[in-house]
Amino acid sequence: MSGTPLIQRTAMPGLGVSAGITFFMLTLVVALPIGALLWQGAEFGAANIWATINRERVWAALWLSFRLSFLAACFNLVFGVILAWVLVRYRFPGRRIIDAAVDLPFALPTAVAGIALTALYAPNGVLGQLTNQIGWQVAYTQWGIWLALVFVGLPFVTRTVQPVIEEIETEVEEASATLGASRLHTLRHVIAPMLMPAALTGFALSLARAVGEYGSVIFIAGNIPLRTEIAPLLIVIQLEEYNYGAAGAIGLAMLAISFSMLLLINLIQIWSRRRIGHV
Amino acid sequence: MSDATLHKPATPARFRSATEESPAARWALIAVAVGGLALLVGAPLVIVFVEALSRGWAAAVTSLASRDAQSAIRLTLLITAIAVPMNAVFGIAAAWFITKFDFRGKAFLITLIDLPFSISPVVAGLCIVLLFGANSALGGWLVASGYPIVFAVPGIVLATVFVTFPFVARELIPVMIEQGRAEEEAALTLGATGWRTFRTVTLPNIRWALLYGTLLCTARAMGEFGAVAVVSGKIRGQTATMPITIEMFYNEYLSIAAFSMAALLTGFALLTLLLKTALELRHADALSATRRH
Repeated sequence: MSGTPLIQRTAMPGLGVSAGITFFMLTLVVALPIGALLWQGAEFGAANIWATINRERVWAALWLSFRLSFLAACFNLVFGVILAWVLVRYRFPGRRIIDAAVDLPFALPTAVAGIALTALYAPNGVLGQLTNQIGWQVAYTQWGIWLALVFVGLPFVTRTVQPVIEEIETEVEEASATLGASRLHTLRHVIAPMLMPAALTGFALSLARAVGEYGSVIFIAGNIPLRTEIAPLLIVIQLEEYNYGAAGAIGLAMLAISFSMLLLINLIQIWSRRRIGHV
Repeated sequence: MSDATLHKPATPARFRSATEESPAARWALIAVAVGGLALLVGAPLVIVFVEALSRGWAAAVTSLASRDAQSAIRLTLLITAIAVPMNAVFGIAAAWFITKFDFRGKAFLITLIDLPFSISPVVAGLCIVLLFGANSALGGWLVASGYPIVFAVPGIVLATVFVTFPFVARELIPVMIEQGRAEEEAALTLGATGWRTFRTVTLPNIRWALLYGTLLCTARAMGEFGAVAVVSGKIRGQTATMPITIEMFYNEYLSIAAFSMAALLTGFALLTLLLKTALELRHADALSATRRH
């Protein structure tokens, strides 16, 4: 390792320009701002950070954000795999439109999604009237937050699993059927293990996106402290009161969650590469 | 569910391959997929236009002609026009650096470029406020010199570039790895300058992937809410972008105005999806492997 030079000499031009632009932008846009957050945390001190986070309202918000993101990602895992399977394996009218529509949550601005879901599920909304009749209020409850998080994370699992299903060779399924396995047995013991790594990657991406989500949630959440207040909203509230220390402390807690997610995604990919040779 | 039909010795109505689910299961799954998507994605899409046009076209168009709406549209177009080219230039430079040279720490560099996707937009905004806000040393000096970043256009641009940072680079890197370096090396051997090699050899190879990444970047840049909400200060007529203005109108119970602007952004989003799908269909071989389906 120590024998290899930092950068291999080559005749390819543009090293200075491309490396210069890359590091300049990376420093200005990503490294310096994140560094400022870490610096702020160091200045604020571990004791103050802990005092800020260790309050009922903050714990409630962090726990709510994480728990509902997890539940939304679970739904997206199941629904995303079904969607991917249907889109790759079955032919039916409108399949192309459905395939394109899967990406809509990525393309639609979060604020638009937020007010649209609220208009639908508010007590006087089209779907809200229906759900309220059976005593199920969606908007301004944790259900509403869950729904918004399902929306923003919807495409991840489908998009990671779709290419894997396309590459499955039907010979494997035929072999399984020849050996007497029922279709359900084949799906469970042959197909599911092949899809697992990609599905888990999609799950983790969906989870990571949901934990930090703000725009689509705040309209439908109701934002009641301890009950429907998400963690990113707490940061916004602290900033509006010019409480930079507290905002930084909660920001650091969320950054720590983000980094653990990133680590989780990488571990899943390493694990799946060992297991099946590719992702 | 398929066992019963498989083991029954009775004459089958129709031959079914062993690698297919029973027709009933198939249609049930299609119904779940299509129904679920219609409810989760279709319904919100439709309601935006229904709400915007609930008092007719005239009311919707009038609401978009208001001074606040006009300034929001202009600001969003300005921000997009600055942030997207910045990201395109960065994406090309980063992809060239990463794919044309061998150096230590490449995987770490790629992780750093992908980092903004894992960070909450609100935390991204917070970071920019902490770095350039009036309370920091740097920010205080910038404000005193008459170049405020936070609560002004430069801050919104920075926040937008942050949240869209990896889009172009992560589209280009796989495509450029796949294409290798031989073509560029041939051009250089034949005496072409570096710039000419890039323009006449590399660029034609990556143009569709570049367009694809730029498209995704544009959609996100126009719609970013969380990060911009934090850095913009939400000053009406000055730093309120289209998504921020949607929130303002909505909170003031100006439903028609909020949904009309939302419909406008939704129109852009649908256009993006259309172009993206067209690219996937026509130029699949020029996009990175994960985009071909």
